[in-house]
Amino acid sequence: MSVGIVMLVHTALDRAEQVARHWSVAGCPVVIHVDSNVRRSTYNDFVRALSDIETVKFCARHRCDWGAWGLVAGSQSASELMLSEFPEVRHVYLSSGSCVPLRPVQELIDYLAARPRTDFIESATTADVPWTVGGLSDERFTLRFPFSWKKQRYLFDRYVEFQRFLGLKRKIPPGIVPHMGSQWWCLTRQTLSAILQDPERETYDTYFRRVWIPDESYFQSLARLYSTNIESRSLTLSKFDFQGKPHIFYDDHLQLLRRSDCFVARKFWPRADKLYRAFLSDPDGAVKMAEPNPAKIDRIFAKAVERRTRGRPGLFMQSRFPNDGWENGVTCGRYSVFQGFSDVFEDFETWLAKATGTQVHGHLFHPAHAEYADGQKVINGAMQDSAASRDYNPIAFLANLVWNTRGERQCFQLGPDDETAPMWFLSRDPNAQISVISGAWSVPLFKSNCNFAELRSEAARLQKLEADQLDVLRSPYTKARIRIWTMAEFIEAPMEPLQSIIDEMGQHSLRRLSEAPKMADLTGFGQFLQNLKNQGMHPYLMGDFPVSPPGMNQQNPPRKPYLVQ
Amino acid sequence: MGFWTSYRLRLQRRRWLVRAIRKRRELNGIADRTSAIKKSDILLFSTLRNEHVRLPFFLKYYRDQGVDHFLIVDNDSNDGSLEYLADQPDVSVWHTRKGYKRSRFGVDWLNWLQLRYAHGHWCLTVDPDEFLIYPFCDTRPLRALTDWLDASSIKSFSAMLLDMYPKGRIDEQPYQPGQNPLEIASWFDSGNYTMDRNPLYGNLWIQGGPRSRVFFPSEPEKAPALNKIPLVKWNRRYAYVSSTHMLLPRGLNQVYDEWGGEKASGILLHTKFLDTFTDKAAEELHRKQHYAASVEYVAYAEALKDDPELWCKWSEKYINWRQLEILGLMSKGNWA
Repeated sequence: MSVGIVMLVHTALDRAEQVARHWSVAGCPVVIHVDSNVRRSTYNDFVRALSDIETVKFCARHRCDWGAWGLVAGSQSASELMLSEFPEVRHVYLSSGSCVPLRPVQELIDYLAARPRTDFIESATTADVPWTVGGLSDERFTLRFPFSWKKQRYLFDRYVEFQRFLGLKRKIPPGIVPHMGSQWWCLTRQTLSAILQDPERETYDTYFRRVWIPDESYFQSLARLYSTNIESRSLTLSKFDFQGKPHIFYDDHLQLLRRSDCFVARKFWPRADKLYRAFLSDPDGAVKMAEPNPAKIDRIFAKAVERRTRGRPGLFMQSRFPNDGWENGVTCGRYSVFQGFSDVFEDFETWLAKATGTQVHGHLFHPAHAEYADGQKVINGAMQDSAASRDYNPIAFLANLVWNTRGERQCFQLGPDDETAPMWFLSRDPNAQISVISGAWSVPLFKSNCNFAELRSEAARLQKLEADQLDVLRSPYTKARIRIWTMAEFIEAPMEPLQSIIDEMGQHSLRRLSEAPKMADLTGFGQFLQNLKNQGMHPYLMGDFPVSPPGMNQQNPPRKPYLVQ
Repeated sequence: MGFWTSYRLRLQRRRWLVRAIRKRRELNGIADRTSAIKKSDILLFSTLRNEHVRLPFFLKYYRDQGVDHFLIVDNDSNDGSLEYLADQPDVSVWHTRKGYKRSRFGVDWLNWLQLRYAHGHWCLTVDPDEFLIYPFCDTRPLRALTDWLDASSIKSFSAMLLDMYPKGRIDEQPYQPGQNPLEIASWFDSGNYTMDRNPLYGNLWIQGGPRSRVFFPSEPEKAPALNKIPLVKWNRRYAYVSSTHMLLPRGLNQVYDEWGGEKASGILLHTKFLDTFTDKAAEELHRKQHYAASVEYVAYAEALKDDPELWCKWSEKYINWRQLEILGLMSKGNWA
């Protein structure tokens, strides 16, 4: 009989009764504090239900509102009763009605008996802890909080602002260094009685009465004054989410809790019958003196909090629709965009697919329909190729495409004619690798068999469109990896840029490119551009091309080799 | 959101509530067991017409999830739905002959019943062909979710409509009463949904899925909305505006996170596309009692003439909620 259990109870009294019985069967005396918000008749029933056990006592009731003094007052009364009624108790364990011992109580008793002078109380200075919900850390101890955070939020906030404005500060009683930590502790009789019988207790109580969330700081700060041996951790497994409310355990956590080796866990869902059955029917013989190891549970809950606060990058869905700039990654994976390459090279798409092993689409934003890889009509995620449905929401189209093909890099072609392409979205996305050969749209015109007047107006239109696109790509807000060459620049030495694009894509092959895509025959292209100029249109995006082939008396320069070794 | 807009929305909400109160006269109580509703019960609200064949499984599905009481408006069924419902011990049913359209597609009737019976309850509003999936629904009852929502001070829970369809012709496998419709319609579109904010009501407007893909490929703006908020901790001041797509006050529509995080959400598996659909579509086309002059049904009838297959190579077969979670159609949020 060395461990006494103090239980704070405010709801699910039937479960609390079960737990109290479990503790007392194992030989631990229990003192219960019932919130005075609980109805008188309910309380009486509860007391009567437990009246058959002598080692279960009830202490004076206090009103417990979240973040208010009542919880501390309740713990104090219950602890006092515990210390006076059960003189053989050496450790007092503070728990709640929804705390359930995961291991045989005897193990806890043995564990504590082996550490008779150790106080288990999580206690850290305010500067060092990240769990400050509501943006208050130091100020918890230097401002006054007469209003309830949950029920009188407006007054609470205004009063905090008011005090900040006036620069009001409370004096912390001498000797106290504010510490914070989990409210579930296990203290030795020595430490606890020193706190409760301190001649200065009146001063401390008055001070902490107006501190915010005193149940996380009263015992945590005072234990530092008296304890000789503080082990700053809680024996109760209790995880909090980003709002500062405890995670709840359900039936499906059974295996996880079993493997955690923690002594006590909270908080159990009151209707988690399987859990209560599993842990409250003492599994005999399963004695193992393991240190608590909550790492796995920690991970699961940490992940849940991250899911809630950061979400999955690149996902737009019914419960995640980030504002611009808050996406944590605009899309979920890297992809490459090529503009002009399929005009300059005849077999660019097949070559690229072969060289990189990625999925290579044609012009996804083609005015007629989305050109998916291999001429598919429908692609991953059952996305159809209809231009209307794509243009209904081009950003969603692109984000969906990248999301649906997670794990496989996507490449697609872009051109000035693909007017519905979400250029701003692309240029803002760090996952996009955009390579542009400007002016390459003139090659298909050059090869076409149209009247020159039509060519001329078409060229003027495309040049205008591409110039607008390039403006977006060159804006100071771009985050994409963007490379832009003029066509003249590019065909000077095509392999170098290709090699660096493909290296950057980081697909498997470490070998250098052995095969080049086949370049379109550009004989006469310079003259074509000159003709456009002569018609009064000024093609400039492709850079400077010589008008005519080299003169009669100049030797044809040997064509540059594709392979750059 | 200026003062005038919020005032306008407030007036609008009042108007819907007054309208709902007026429309209560259209409802005849056939079996009123609402006195059996306990304080913490989870209630289910539904309007239906000629859904007898679906009812046995529908009731069983939601009873298993932990719905305590069903409040159902029967819109003049002639297939025995009404009699069947009146015999169930946990169902209260009202009958009406009035127009579905005139009651704003049943919203007015349900707004009234909710105003009257749902105050302070968690209340689920679904059609007989919609099945709610929420995170951990295979191991935790609905009450675990509502308790968690209560503890997190969340008042409304989003569940997008996910259209399910069979592989092959829609009428290939006949549906038997009591059968799980997902055995037949077990396929869905996993990643072709688009969404946008509705600036006035603050809800997301989601479209896409097989109906958009097959029936509205060239007019995607006409495709039906898929965003739904079926689970709400009801207050008598609340009102559904348009089906369960959105509510007033607008704060209840804020079921999505705007700062990069994910809120918890579920899915409504929509098993409309069974063999019963063809008849239903024909009838609805004739009755003209559906949204936007039944444009949806006109498109269905048009497409069904050519006997289309909703299934395609990239359709996904339904396994469980975790699959939907991984696909990004729903989210656990911070519920673990």
